[in-house]
Amino acid sequence: MTDGTVANEGPLVTSDGRPLKQSLQAALKQKRRQAFMLTVPLLAFIFIFFIVPIIAMLWRSVENPEVPNYLPNTVAALQSWDEASGVLPGEDVYAAMVKDLQIGRENRTIGKVGRRLNYEIPGMSSLFKGSSRKAKNMTEAPFKDALIKASKKWEKLDVWQLIKRESGDLTASYYLSAMDLRFTPDGSVAAQPENRQIYIFLFQRTLIMSVVITGLCILLGFPIAYLLATIPMRYAGLLMILVLLPFWTSLLVRTTAWIALLQSQGVINDLLVAIGVVSDDGRLQLIHNKTGTFIAMTHILLPFMILPLYSVMKTIPPSYMRAARSMGATQWWAFYKVYFPLTLSGIGAGTILVFILSIGFYITPALVGGTSGTLISNFIANHVSVTLNWGLAAALGTMLLALVLVLYLIYDKIVGVDNMKMG
Amino acid sequence: MALPAHVEPLERFWYYAFRVICALIFIFLIGPILVIIPLSFNAIPYFSFTPEMLSFDPAGYSTKWYKDFFTNPNWQGGVRNSFIIAFFATILSASLGTLAALGLSRPEMPFQKTFMALLISPMIVPLIISAAGMYFFYSDIGLASTHLGVIIAHAALGTPFVVITVTATLTGFDHSLTRAAASLGAPPHTVFFKVIMPLILPGIISGGLFAFITSFDEVVVVLFVGSYEQRTIPWQMFSGIREQISPTILAVATILVMISICLLATVELLRRRSERLRGLSPA
Repeated sequence: MTDGTVANEGPLVTSDGRPLKQSLQAALKQKRRQAFMLTVPLLAFIFIFFIVPIIAMLWRSVENPEVPNYLPNTVAALQSWDEASGVLPGEDVYAAMVKDLQIGRENRTIGKVGRRLNYEIPGMSSLFKGSSRKAKNMTEAPFKDALIKASKKWEKLDVWQLIKRESGDLTASYYLSAMDLRFTPDGSVAAQPENRQIYIFLFQRTLIMSVVITGLCILLGFPIAYLLATIPMRYAGLLMILVLLPFWTSLLVRTTAWIALLQSQGVINDLLVAIGVVSDDGRLQLIHNKTGTFIAMTHILLPFMILPLYSVMKTIPPSYMRAARSMGATQWWAFYKVYFPLTLSGIGAGTILVFILSIGFYITPALVGGTSGTLISNFIANHVSVTLNWGLAAALGTMLLALVLVLYLIYDKIVGVDNMKMG
Repeated sequence: MALPAHVEPLERFWYYAFRVICALIFIFLIGPILVIIPLSFNAIPYFSFTPEMLSFDPAGYSTKWYKDFFTNPNWQGGVRNSFIIAFFATILSASLGTLAALGLSRPEMPFQKTFMALLISPMIVPLIISAAGMYFFYSDIGLASTHLGVIIAHAALGTPFVVITVTATLTGFDHSLTRAAASLGAPPHTVFFKVIMPLILPGIISGGLFAFITSFDEVVVVLFVGSYEQRTIPWQMFSGIREQISPTILAVATILVMISICLLATVELLRRRSERLRGLSPA
């Protein structure tokens, strides 16, 4: 637009007389709204059916409704009792407890309280069950003597300290359990007794096994990716099928295959016996232990290492290696100094991907891991469906999820989520 | 990587050693999957090769495990449920995922990275955590132990695959095509169905196949959210392996391997077609 052709004073306007800048901004705003509206259905779907359930579950790790909801009178009466005084609560607390036991028995809620407190001090479940049965006939004072007559445990200080400590709506005790810690009766934090320490060990085992599996995947995946990236396309395409077929085959099918192969009466042991490596009664125990988990999980996760490595190696021009060789580097030196550093981003991507997947593995360790080869996920599942200690399951789950999210952020920094390739 | 004639013996040795190592790793990758195929024809309920099988005696082979699979109501119910659940979960995740990918790949999309991370999350969160969360929440709202509940859960797990593949197809999508269509007078839905849809269809189909296979193979969520009524093939396999292990599982595994081969071939063909259509690779 040159001077003189348009006799305009002031800003440019569109045909309907609005300033151009404003009009463009309105158009952009509308486009943004349109783009956003397209994603709304999925966002809402994922939010309601995925994010909310997970947050609700994680909330269970601090939620503590049992004592405040089902022992309301006792909680109120315990307010004025000093748990550090070293003397048992007074008659009013015992009276309130008898009342709560009677109501709890009628509403069938007393079992929940017992189960909740049993996580902290074993034997509480039976104490509440037994005492609530006997509390039916306790109609007149002194309730303190009556309760202590029903069970000696009611004159133990730590029982009352526990009830008072767990009378809040929120609790930290599930997280403490998940870290092998506990509250001492006086309210400070201490380590669990040796024989109840398990979760730190389990997290360590999960991490160590994941590191080993990831290492095995790098070791086995690197040569394959290198081969695929350097041989002519027509062979690479064919060999790629050997990588993609396991990738596409159901996890359960692959786990089943390893069960068939690794059993003591299975194919590998039969083969070893037939060629005389082991005797018939010296068959190797390859399954239901760590070995089984290592072998099966490495097999399942190997394609997740090969595919990102391959896509990086594919972009490295072969002329780099030739240049290094022509300037006198030996084959190893050229590989080590030129080729290998260029593959590091692929190794990084594959490593984090395999590591993230392996620390959350459940099915394969459950089927081939026995007791020594199971991971943290198996314990979470066990607490959800067998022991029903949902608070502890949620605390362990939160810790696992936090670990995975940190790794995911690192992965996002290195590779970018939108660059994730499949197939 | 052809070997020139003048190389030193040591280099020659490493060249062949490398090939042998690769061959062994390929055997490790593919061997277990191939071994179960002959084992599924075993005449006796035994998970290894019997002497009769090794001497190719016809008496050592049998198709009775396949017969068991095709007649046993436990397995047939599993097949029906697997297909029903995977079908509806795929429809749900493919339609929601495609819409979202269309929005996410527009340059005007606000908070693109955040929303993308949120929508990908079902792929990242360890399955046991998703399964436990869904189990509690779906029980509270009455969706646990219903087909609808399992379909919704599987659809949520499948959407990231659709979002990723369709977004990938849309990168390099020439937006002047839609403007050209619009300037020629096409209303938005015509532009979508006549211009956009044919170009991104390969992406939608392969994303849908990923979603299908995710649901079809999924076992953790269905174990928690579903019950016997919603048993799928993997559900049945899992309980079969835990309780009494029968070679029927190997027969089922063989059939599933065949299905994966078909799916793999389809996805591979679609990927090539899509790259050709978008001009990313020579025809």
